[in-house]
Amino acid sequence: MGRKILLVTTDQQRYDTLGCNGGALARTPVVDRLAGQGIRYERAIPQSVVCMPSRSTILTGQHPSTHGVWMNGVPLPADAPSFAELLRGAGYRTALIGKSHFEPFVDPFSRFPDNALPAAGTTPPGGSHRGFEHMEMATHGAQGQLHYARWLRAEHPEAVAMYYPTVDAELQVNAAGGGDTGAPQVQVNPVRREWYHTDWVADRTIAWIDGLDADADWFCWMSFPDPHHPWDPPQAEMARIDWRDVPLPPGFIDSRAKREAVLDAKPRHWRMWYDGSLVSNFEAPARWVPATLTADQVREVNARNAVECELIDEALGRVLTTVAARGWDDDLDVIFTTDHGELQGDFGLLFKGPYHVDGLMRLPLIWRPAPSSGTAPAVVHSPVGLVDLAPTVCAIAGLDAPEWMEGQSLPLADGQGPERVLTEWDSELFGVDVHLRTITRDGWVCTVYRPGTVHDSTEGELYDLSDDPLQQVNLWHDPQRRAWRDELVADLEEHQPSPRRPRLEVEAPV
Amino acid sequence: MRREVRIARRADEVWSLVGDPGRIAEWFPGIVSATVEGDTRTVVTAAGLPMPEQIVTHDPLQRRFQYRLKIPTLREHLSTLDVFDLGDGTSLVSYGADADPATMALVIAGAAGAALHHLRDIMEGAG
Repeated sequence: MGRKILLVTTDQQRYDTLGCNGGALARTPVVDRLAGQGIRYERAIPQSVVCMPSRSTILTGQHPSTHGVWMNGVPLPADAPSFAELLRGAGYRTALIGKSHFEPFVDPFSRFPDNALPAAGTTPPGGSHRGFEHMEMATHGAQGQLHYARWLRAEHPEAVAMYYPTVDAELQVNAAGGGDTGAPQVQVNPVRREWYHTDWVADRTIAWIDGLDADADWFCWMSFPDPHHPWDPPQAEMARIDWRDVPLPPGFIDSRAKREAVLDAKPRHWRMWYDGSLVSNFEAPARWVPATLTADQVREVNARNAVECELIDEALGRVLTTVAARGWDDDLDVIFTTDHGELQGDFGLLFKGPYHVDGLMRLPLIWRPAPSSGTAPAVVHSPVGLVDLAPTVCAIAGLDAPEWMEGQSLPLADGQGPERVLTEWDSELFGVDVHLRTITRDGWVCTVYRPGTVHDSTEGELYDLSDDPLQQVNLWHDPQRRAWRDELVADLEEHQPSPRRPRLEVEAPV
Repeated sequence: MRREVRIARRADEVWSLVGDPGRIAEWFPGIVSATVEGDTRTVVTAAGLPMPEQIVTHDPLQRRFQYRLKIPTLREHLSTLDVFDLGDGTSLVSYGADADPATMALVIAGAAGAALHHLRDIMEGAG
C-alpha cells in the first residue's frame, strides 16, 4: 500500500489568517498542528491571483500561459493534463469534493461537464473527469447547478434565500452591502451550521473516505469554497468574534491622504480602481467604489473571514479524525493551501484583481508528510509556487513527474526550492485589458506591465520584501535600484513560458 | 461580442444547416431542442431552461439570421449569425451578440463560439 494524500484547498485565503503564520484573529489549531508536524512555507506564491487559472495550475503543474486558462471564464480544455489522471492510472482512488472551478460557473446551457454532472450523480461519464472518479461539487452559496446547491434546494429549501446572492440579476458580481456596516458581499446568514457548505464539504469527504476499501490507496482534493466572499457564515457562529474588537490589518492605511499617495506611486490602474473610474475585471463588484470602504467595514469583513477560517479548520479536524479512525493517519500526507489571496483591507481595497502584492500573492501552504516517511519538520523561507504541487503529489505517490509539469517537488528545507517563481495576469473584459508579469526572487517582487488599455509598458512595481513587507514603497523608478530592476526584468522575460497557441477564448464571465 | 470560424465548405452548404432555425440543436451544444412557430423560436437548454426568441431576420440571400432572446435577465439582446462566401469553396461564419447587461453577451457569445467550432467539425467531418 502507498501513502494516502489529502489535498486541502480553500478559496481566496490570506497567509496571515492562520495561527501558525502569526495570525491572531482566527483560531486554527488543526492546521497549526499539521504545520508543527510538517513543513510550513513562508512564501508560497500562486501563478495567477484568480480562481480558474490558479486551480488549473494546481491540477496541471503548468503556468497559465502553458495550460491556457489565462483569465476566469476560459475553460480548461477537457484533455488538459492532470496529476489526478496519473494517480488514477497508478491505481489510486481519486475524488474531488467541493469547489473545482476548472470550467465556468455561469453556464445556462450546461455545456461544461462540471455543471452537467450533478444532475446525473457523482461518477463522471466514462468513469472519470480530469482524473477524478468521484466528484461532488460546491461553490459559495445556493446559486447554480452544483451538488451542494441541488442538495440544499432539495433538503433545506428554506435555507436557499438565506445566502447572499454572489451575482446580481444582471450577472454582475453583487455590490450590495449588509451586516452591521454595509460592507459589500456581507450578509447576515441564519443558515444552520450543518447546512453550510464548509460542513457539507467535510461531510461528503468523510462519506467518501468511509466507503473506501481498507487496502485502498487514495487521493482526495477537498476544496472549501470559503473564505472567498460573500462573507456570510452561519450567523450563530459570529458570536466567536465581535468585529468591533478586530484590529485593523497592518496593510490598511488609515490616513486617506497617505493611502492615496501610496496608491499614486503604483501603476495607474490601482488608483483608477480605488476611485471607481476603471473596472478591469470581473473579480470585484463593478458598482462598488473602493474609496468608500470604511475602517469598520474592514473590521467586519475580517471578523467574518476569520470565522469562516475557523469553520474550515474544524471541518478539516473532523476529516482527519475519520482518517485516523480508519487507521491511515501514519500513512497520510496532508497538503493545505489556497488558490490565491484577498486584499481584505490592504491599501483600502477588498477582493482581488491585477495587483501582485502579498495580500493576493502570499499564500498559506502547509505540507504534513506522512509520519511514516520520517520527514523532519521545517520552515521553508525561500519562494515556492502552486505550480510545484502537482510534482509534489506525484512524488508522494512514487511517480516520476512527467515533462509537461513545469514545477518541482516542494523542498523539504531552504536551499532546495526554485530560484524564482513567476506569476501572470491577463484580462480582457469589455474593452479593458491588463497584462502583468511578475517575478519573485531573492527577497524581491518585480512586476512588469505590458501594453494595455491604461498601461504603456513604462510602469512597473518593485518591492524589497525585507524592508517593505507591506509593499507600500514602489521602487520601480528609483535610480538606485535601476540595475537590479533591469536584472530582475531580464530574468523574468528569459523564463517566461511559451504561450499556448491558439489562445483559448473567454466563454463566460466566471 | 463576436466569434467566428472558417469552414472548409461552401457557404450554401453551411447555410443549409444554420439557416434552418429549427435545426439549431444539431450544431449548438447545450441546446437540446428547438420549436419554431411563426417568428418565435423556443429553445430548451441542457439545464432545462426554456428560452423564447423572436426571429428578427431570416434572409437566405444574405445568409443572415438574427434573433432576440426574450428572457427576464435581458433588457436588450440581438444576436446575428452571418455566413460569408469566401469564394474559394470555404466560408466564414460569424456570430455576434449585443446585450444589455453586457455580461449576458459574453455568456451567449461564449456558448456560440464553442458551437461554431462544433459546427465546423460537423460540416468538415461530413465531407
